[in-house]
Amino acid sequence: MSDEAEITEIETLPLDAWHRTKSARMVEFAGYHMPIQYEGIIAEHLWTRENAGLFDVSHMGQLMLSGEGAATALEAIVPGEIAALGEGRMRYSLLLGEDGGILDDLMVTTTPMGIYIVVNGAVKWEDIGYIRESLADDITLNHMEDRALLALQGPKAVNALKRVVPGVDALYFMEAASFLWGHTPLWISRSGYTGEDGFEISVPVDVVEALATALCAQDEVKPIGLGARDSLRLEAGLPLYGHDLDASLDPVEGDLTFAINKRRREQGGFAGAERILGALARGAAKKRVGLKIEGKMPAREGAPIFDGSTQIGVLTSGGFAPSLGVPIAMGYVTRDFAAPGKILEIEVRGKRIAACVSPMPFIPNRYHRKGKSA
Amino acid sequence: MSRYFTEDHEWIDVDGNNATVGITAYAQEQLGDIVFAEVPAVGAALKKGGDAAVVESVKAASDVYAPVSGTVTEGNDALGDDPALVNSDPEGAGWFFKLTLADAAELEGLMDEAAYKAFVAGL
Repeated sequence: MSDEAEITEIETLPLDAWHRTKSARMVEFAGYHMPIQYEGIIAEHLWTRENAGLFDVSHMGQLMLSGEGAATALEAIVPGEIAALGEGRMRYSLLLGEDGGILDDLMVTTTPMGIYIVVNGAVKWEDIGYIRESLADDITLNHMEDRALLALQGPKAVNALKRVVPGVDALYFMEAASFLWGHTPLWISRSGYTGEDGFEISVPVDVVEALATALCAQDEVKPIGLGARDSLRLEAGLPLYGHDLDASLDPVEGDLTFAINKRRREQGGFAGAERILGALARGAAKKRVGLKIEGKMPAREGAPIFDGSTQIGVLTSGGFAPSLGVPIAMGYVTRDFAAPGKILEIEVRGKRIAACVSPMPFIPNRYHRKGKSA
Repeated sequence: MSRYFTEDHEWIDVDGNNATVGITAYAQEQLGDIVFAEVPAVGAALKKGGDAAVVESVKAASDVYAPVSGTVTEGNDALGDDPALVNSDPEGAGWFFKLTLADAAELEGLMDEAAYKAFVAGL
């Protein structure tokens, strides 16, 4: 047989050497070598919930849409209100295929330079192709490969970051602005993927190492790996694309109807609107739910969910929740079984374990929202 | 008493016809924080290389294989309450199960400590 098997090169991130000097264990993720853990997932998870954790998320795609009518053009493939999104405001949205399936979940921010979009690393090339193809020629899509992305998350993130970059404490949850670090402009948003207060920082590749070092020099801050990023987001009830969301699922099934804004519900005009608005009106046949598992044995992605002898769903994420000390999971169940409090069974290695449908987040969010006392 | 090792990172202490099995310090280090361990039932008949126990880290579940064939005489119940014993004392209090050997000749294919060290160094 031929030996011409395609070897896909695993790429390195700008902070690769920095992670290794911090004794990170590196794994392959989304086509990159990435740190899975430094001192241990549980310790890193708990540190982030109590202090501040620095995450390197430079594998994610940072895109800039510019040109007259870019916001309206983007609305053809996302169900969010983008045209009326004020400068410095950001919104969680969904990239929709023609049939209303979710191609990715993303963050959209209106900036003075254009519409800034952050997409998942694992599907960024597909996203870029799809967005380009969907836009008129006079709208420019720039993939900002000269930028790295850091996330600083946790209740003490604001204290640590404002010492390094004064003024960031003026931002509220889902707001963003440009700040100067020395002579370097940083684009900083108050947002994240942990359920905690925190920030995401878009920084030029050539200074990211200096910034990461400056942040980790703060007493509150430690570097945190992908392992804890996953356990933190699971406790926060946040879906992970490629696991809890995929192209076969629509936003109603994904329990993400909050991302379909009022005007868009009334007017439609986005990819898959017929399916999605129909599902909004009639309810979806299945829905993403949280599950609290009885006992100590974790249940993982792919485990079937039963009501008696009938399989009524499947897990899409599952693991041990360090802040709760118990296993939790996320999955899809048919609509009759989606109500919180419903007791179901999950099959793990031929055994049934009891699980209770639970509201998400599993632990309360601690975002710094406007109009709420700190 | 002699200690042997497998390429799947189990250790086995053999004393006559009786043996104790666990996973190595290297294995627990690779797995990270252990949050759950499932040990075989007393009386279970294990086949060399077959599934014997399960160990779960925050991220994933992994099988522990039987280094040799035999019948389980005891599971380590302490792992139910404190699975982190596998991290803190993998080659002592974090043992998984005891068994009586079915065929002592099966030990011949296993590594001794020096060979296992060399094996791990090459990974």
